[in-house]
Amino acid sequence: MDADVFLQLTVSGLSNGMVYALVAVGFVVIFKASDVINFAQGEFLLFGAYLAFAFIAQFGLPWSLGVLATLLTAAMIGLIVERLVLRPLIGEPVISMIMVTIGLSSLLRAVVNGIWGVRPKAFPNFIPSGEVEFLGAIVGIDRLLVIAIAAILLTVLTLFFRHTRDGIAMRAIADDQQAALSMGISIKRVLAVAWAMAAITAAVAGIMLANTVGVSHDIIFIGLRVFPVVILGGLDSVPGAIVGGGVIGLLESYTAGYTTSGLELIVPYIVLILVLMVRPYGLFGKEIIERV
Amino acid sequence: MESGIFFSDYRSDMALRRMPLQKVRTGLLLVGLVVFPFLATPYWLNLANQIAIATIGAIGLNILVGYTGQISLGQGAFMAVGAYGSGLLTVRLDVPFYLSIPAAALITAVAGLVVGLPSLRLKGLYLAVATLAAQQIVEFVVTHWDGLTGGTEALVVPAPELFGARMNTDGRFYWILIVVALAVALFAANLFRSRVGRAWVAIRDQDIAASAIGVNVFGYKLLAFATSSFLVGLSGALLAHYRSIVTWERFTIEVSISYLAMIIIGGLGTISGSFFGASLIVLLPAMINTLGRSLQDTAPWAATVLPYVQQGVFGLVIILFLVLEPEGLAKLWRNVKDYFRVWPFSY
Repeated sequence: MDADVFLQLTVSGLSNGMVYALVAVGFVVIFKASDVINFAQGEFLLFGAYLAFAFIAQFGLPWSLGVLATLLTAAMIGLIVERLVLRPLIGEPVISMIMVTIGLSSLLRAVVNGIWGVRPKAFPNFIPSGEVEFLGAIVGIDRLLVIAIAAILLTVLTLFFRHTRDGIAMRAIADDQQAALSMGISIKRVLAVAWAMAAITAAVAGIMLANTVGVSHDIIFIGLRVFPVVILGGLDSVPGAIVGGGVIGLLESYTAGYTTSGLELIVPYIVLILVLMVRPYGLFGKEIIERV
Repeated sequence: MESGIFFSDYRSDMALRRMPLQKVRTGLLLVGLVVFPFLATPYWLNLANQIAIATIGAIGLNILVGYTGQISLGQGAFMAVGAYGSGLLTVRLDVPFYLSIPAAALITAVAGLVVGLPSLRLKGLYLAVATLAAQQIVEFVVTHWDGLTGGTEALVVPAPELFGARMNTDGRFYWILIVVALAVALFAANLFRSRVGRAWVAIRDQDIAASAIGVNVFGYKLLAFATSSFLVGLSGALLAHYRSIVTWERFTIEVSISYLAMIIIGGLGTISGSFFGASLIVLLPAMINTLGRSLQDTAPWAATVLPYVQQGVFGLVIILFLVLEPEGLAKLWRNVKDYFRVWPFSY
């Protein structure tokens, strides 16, 4: 086992893991605020990548403006989805919530494919892509930057939950909806903010993926990869999503590097089942799962 | 016209079809099913066969999701087990299809028991995620266990033979499928009038209350998983022999989703809903296809967006039903029936 191969695998695993973490945070935010599992998170990611592609490559905006426009549009989509699809279903059983987000994912996917087609697109990378020597191993700058950007964003989000009004309101609602309502917190507002935030974090992750692996339809599969991450970290925990993302990313990267049979495709799901059997609320989740 | 429901003996009170109108409808349905293959074009026969297979699978899923309240995203995996089970038994061991199909269904039932084990501890969306993982793992095993399944290569299953006739046309296979589908529907309809069915409904509505009145919750959950997977495996096995080709692409997570869509759109916890939902999900893409092809001359671009339109409409239909009529097509059908039952004197 070479030390520099190990380091390369670690860096690429961590950078994938941080993307997972970003997607997972969006997931967690929605779950915390409304107990909804969002199966359309992968499609939000897809939308983010293609929107960035549209603004930067097709409309020729400079990348800073393009990113801003992408994030704004993503937030709009999140808000619209919440208002039209999720709000009428508040209080419906779990199966309806799951199905409606699945329907949503199908619809969003169709819209993306309808507008941009299914063929992979060349994305004008704006994250510099050269290679540097890092602790004696050659690693891509883009990978390191992805890790850095994700780390900054995740810190900001954690601070948001600790210190801002909306963040605290969100935690209050997650804790006890009735009590939060009686303290004058608007659930509608918080839900809208949650969906907008989920869409924005997914869009950021989408832009990063566009830079490192390109814009293609395959991005959707990352949406399904997020389930092991959030279950491992705990469905309602932002730090859990970050740790879970890192762990699953590394695990995938190491299995891909040291085994040959494509096992990395299912290792996360095996972890998922193990976690569900042993500790269903995950590493950092709140232990409120109902036992039968 | 009825003015009330009166019966003078228990037999008729407990009959599956109690009303004269119900009996008429059932009779009409049976006659329609018998006459249909003589009138229909091969295109429609093909669709009818697909609907029959989907109905069997949807009833299976409905037992688990609609009646017992255990959400499963593993439908595709169970169908794969049934299809590959029956296909391999026929191809490798020369088992005739009328034995291999039930055998495959039994194998699937055992697989269902294994997947059902987590339901001891998990419910709701945690169980859904666990079955999602099971789906991914089965998909991986099917595509990577080359020695057994042939990996990503298609498994070719010879057309079954019955009474010396090869069941290789839609018209002939129709009879097998219709008989099996009717038997499954009858079995399920009776099942829900039994102790087992009521126990399942009790678990769905309130599991703690169910266990308080003496329902063995875990045992009945496992039974639901086994029964459901048996039927799902049956539909997978039938699909294998009907298509005579088994490939893993037919059993992905998309399949699980479309079956969930069938029972949601049709109506959770209803037999007729399983049929309505299966019909809609099978017919919808076919209709859009026909529409697209008829537009081909006037608007050639229609053909290129067709797959996306199908996908989009699929998603849209799910959302619209959940938002507007959560009880599904079965409820709409009930509304129609209620309206005509006392028509034209609705008060």
